[in-house]
Amino acid sequence: MKGMTVIVKKTTQLLAGLIFMYGIYIIVHGHLTPGGGFAGGVIIAGAFILVILAFGGDFLNLQKEEVGTTVRENIAVLFVLMLAVAGLFIGSKAFFNNYLPKGTVGELVSAGVLPLYNIFVGIEVASSILVIFLALVIFKEEDIK
Amino acid sequence: MELAITIIIAIMILGAIYAIHAKDLLSAIITCGIVGYGLVICFLLLKAPDLAIVQIVVETITLIIMVAVVLDSSREERYAKLDSKGYVNAAIGLIVVLVLLYFFRSAAISLDVFGESNLRMASAYINGAAEKTGSANLVTGVVFDFRGYDTLGEATVLVTAVLGVLTILRIRGKK
Repeated sequence: MKGMTVIVKKTTQLLAGLIFMYGIYIIVHGHLTPGGGFAGGVIIAGAFILVILAFGGDFLNLQKEEVGTTVRENIAVLFVLMLAVAGLFIGSKAFFNNYLPKGTVGELVSAGVLPLYNIFVGIEVASSILVIFLALVIFKEEDIK
Repeated sequence: MELAITIIIAIMILGAIYAIHAKDLLSAIITCGIVGYGLVICFLLLKAPDLAIVQIVVETITLIIMVAVVLDSSREERYAKLDSKGYVNAAIGLIVVLVLLYFFRSAAISLDVFGESNLRMASAYINGAAEKTGSANLVTGVVFDFRGYDTLGEATVLVTAVLGVLTILRIRGKK
């Protein structure tokens, strides 16, 4: 997969970080404003896809990335499950129990475990979308070789 | 608002019909985008910004992937001529559409007025959800607190789908 022109590369260098930060903002503020883990994760994956499309697969040396993202995705799902199981042991015996202190409604650090769920679901969604895209890019180049 | 949604849905239907009949596959994909982005505007009009954010990003990424696929393969669609079997299939499809239309119409009469449905479960969620979950965004409160099992299932489905994609697309493993 070849890269694009200099104009596209420069614009990507300027914008990709901003898009990445916006995805993190959407995830972290998921319990306050519209958005959350799913939306922010897809935005983060979009930032990576933009870089890959603009610079091409050869520039990024993509052969090892795919294994790493799959591992990260599985670990994120495992963390969600562990957070849910922790609800069984702390406080009342209920799966998905909100056991952390809730704080005041409307502040960034509030709502107990919900922001943690948002963060891990965000990691999971970002890695899955990225894995699908990387699979399309890498396996096609394998075919050519 | 109902009028605006009706107009947008009409445009979406036109785009979908054009996407089926377009000869160039690239323009078919672009008109498929009309359906997705029209749905985004519908979500915004119905006051569901959470869904609108997810839909607009997913639609864009899907369009990018589909355009890449079409540019790498052929842009021409291979046509199959209608034979007697095709006419039978079309007739069966038409009958199914008419039957479904009849039953949907008889079901739609007994529904609540548009935008005024008041379910017992929904009012239980809305009243005092902020105090119960501590989350200012009601959607996150429902998705991760009241309906945590569903979200865990969704995440698991996504992981399973990615594993399936990796299994199917891997070329080196097949040889």
